[in-house]
Amino acid sequence: MAEATNELLTTADGRPLKAALQAAQARAKRRAFLLVLPLLLFVLLTFLIPIGLMLKRSFEHDGFASSAPALVAWFEANPDFNPADPPEEAYAALVQDLARMQTDKTTGIAGTRINYSVPGTISLFKKGAREAGDLTPPFKESLVAVDADWAKPALWRGMASASNVYTAEFYKVASDFKLNDDGWARGEDNERIYLYLFFKTFLISAIITFLCLLLAFPVAHLLATLPMAKSSLLMIFVLLPFWTSLLVRTTSWIALLQEQGIVNDLLVGIGLIGDDGRLSMMYNMTGTIVAMTHVLLPFMILPLYSVMRVIPPSYARAARSLGATSWTTFRRVYLPQTLPGIAAGSLLVFILAVGYYITPALVGGADGQLISNLIAFHMSKSNWSLAAAIAGMLLASILLLYWLYDRLIGIDRLKFG
Amino acid sequence: MTQEPRNDAFVAFEHVQKSYDGVTLVVKDLNLSIGKGEFLTMLGPSGSGKTTCLMMLAGFETATHGEIKLDGVNINQVPPHKRGIGMVFQNYALFPHMTVGENLAFPLEVRGMGKDEREAKIKRALDMVQMGAYANRRPAQLSGGQQQRIALARALVFDPKLVLMDEPLGALDKQLREHMQFEIKHLHESLGITVVYVTHDQGEALTMSDRVAVFNDGRIQQLAPPADLYERPENSFVAQFIGENNKLMGTIEELTGDKALVRLTTGELIDATAVNAKEKGHRTLVSIRPERVEFKPEMMPPGAHTIEAEVVEIIYMGDILRAVLKVAGSDDFVMKMRNTLGQTKLSPGQKIKVGWHPQDARALDP
Repeated sequence: MAEATNELLTTADGRPLKAALQAAQARAKRRAFLLVLPLLLFVLLTFLIPIGLMLKRSFEHDGFASSAPALVAWFEANPDFNPADPPEEAYAALVQDLARMQTDKTTGIAGTRINYSVPGTISLFKKGAREAGDLTPPFKESLVAVDADWAKPALWRGMASASNVYTAEFYKVASDFKLNDDGWARGEDNERIYLYLFFKTFLISAIITFLCLLLAFPVAHLLATLPMAKSSLLMIFVLLPFWTSLLVRTTSWIALLQEQGIVNDLLVGIGLIGDDGRLSMMYNMTGTIVAMTHVLLPFMILPLYSVMRVIPPSYARAARSLGATSWTTFRRVYLPQTLPGIAAGSLLVFILAVGYYITPALVGGADGQLISNLIAFHMSKSNWSLAAAIAGMLLASILLLYWLYDRLIGIDRLKFG
Repeated sequence: MTQEPRNDAFVAFEHVQKSYDGVTLVVKDLNLSIGKGEFLTMLGPSGSGKTTCLMMLAGFETATHGEIKLDGVNINQVPPHKRGIGMVFQNYALFPHMTVGENLAFPLEVRGMGKDEREAKIKRALDMVQMGAYANRRPAQLSGGQQQRIALARALVFDPKLVLMDEPLGALDKQLREHMQFEIKHLHESLGITVVYVTHDQGEALTMSDRVAVFNDGRIQQLAPPADLYERPENSFVAQFIGENNKLMGTIEELTGDKALVRLTTGELIDATAVNAKEKGHRTLVSIRPERVEFKPEMMPPGAHTIEAEVVEIIYMGDILRAVLKVAGSDDFVMKMRNTLGQTKLSPGQKIKVGWHPQDARALDP
């Protein structure tokens, strides 16, 4: 064997070995990069950039800042003004900006921006802008005469905040904070919808993940242990729903579970429940849980199956021959070896469930809605910044879970198949 | 070959049959008694039913018919974990998520043994296989031979009376395999346990066993100590399966007691011992071990029949010389000669006469 030396190793013709190796590999590396380039561009253009732009809206909005230059300048010069009693020059700047909004037709944009934190501002702005041209000094008195709301401290706080293009307001709103006359504060109990819905989404996702695990484990075990011909047939039964349109599957659950549906008809038919006591299993949380468990089940079965398939039956036999009952064998020998599959399946199902939209929208009714439905609601109301803020929080919490998961279990132990 | 069940047998198969599909029998009427402290090997080609027998004894397969007794008690209905039989698997089956120590603790824990007693037993078992320093390793960090030792220790740690081994050395290289054969044999002797060993490697079977049961086609073809099996095969399957054999076809011309004179299909007469071709005029297959074939007249018994042979090829193999001869129409008749200093040098094309002691030529079923 050659002894290790500190000398620089060279090739036969005297080039340094490292440089020669790099040169030899450069071509292969370039080729590999070119091969992934189309996909890289596709992901960048259709995925990363749109998501980035959308998330940018959650902390950037220039609707007010660009249409009220005079007031923005004043707020900049007087950062410590008293919102309860702004001075006359602030009102003068406001009236000047309102008149400019009327001519530039930007009243709506500016009003909408303030409206996010101070509801009712759009109509106030429109009314004010219409009258702004006719107002005479002192502007404070004449503007308050148009509408007393112009003196509200909350409005002035809102405008001061909106004069900055970058803001955390949307995250505050998405965390159930409210801007009132004294500044930002937690909303009344009956007004806190976002955090409650976050909590509910995570809870329902956890329930669905648990149900999926419970249902998938025996199926995956059967798939992994049955003879090939039978397990292929069973696999088709697992994959068939997977290949069926999501809408078809969801609407079949409606047909099954609604109050005039098959399950209720059957229960009434065999006399288990009365005709007036039909169970409501659809358009509520039950409907969401049942339908989503079904939809997400393959995502649990497949990772479990891929892990179980490679566990040799001799482990269980060895455990039995060593004196373990079948339950002990399962608990101490089989189950620990399926953990990578359980972890992968649970993570997959949970993350999919947290962001699921279609199924809860169709079968959730009022009480089975998840956070994604609220995001869609705000998108439809053109309140993109708030939708982006909620989505951003959802993304952040999933990344946090992923990080926790990596710390506790280790991503390298995942096996997706 | 069948054997009447003995009452004092430690393990007994009585008229055991096994079918997986209800159409064919994998094990056909097995009768086998294994004495206490015996090392019995089940040897046979794949599909001969030997592993099925082992699995029935371990409790992983149920007998379709017949009784399996352990220490006089019928265990047909006893689940595997209550049989108290140690088992070593082909791929070791060490639990990958447990350390070596935890693997060994497993059978003791499920028996509810206390921690101190457990640790003493684990230490003893690991020392027994010279792996005392490895208790905290994971199986994946061990070499194949080391895993094999741990598997052995795990099967022995709870002091079973009977240990089953299913081709335990199949995955090891030749040198390690020979070394482990010796160690298993040594453990068997020092612990006084009963071992049932399954293998398809005849060398392994001959080296280690007290008795070998040769399986084929769901039946035991011969049950005998290794020397008997090699030197006195009872049928042509055993003769061909164990070791190398020259086969000559013929008919029995004369029969005096065990001594038979066989006329080969090409007309020559040879001496043989009648084993299971026991009537005049019967067709027979005469089997002769290559190392028992002689070509020097002084080495043959007086009056022995000799037969013309032509040297086709001499293969130098180090310790022996292997001569391929043309004898009685076939040109794959093999003669092995010791590579001694004074050994006569044969060359291809040379005409010689070969013969043998009548005891070494066994007239078997065709």
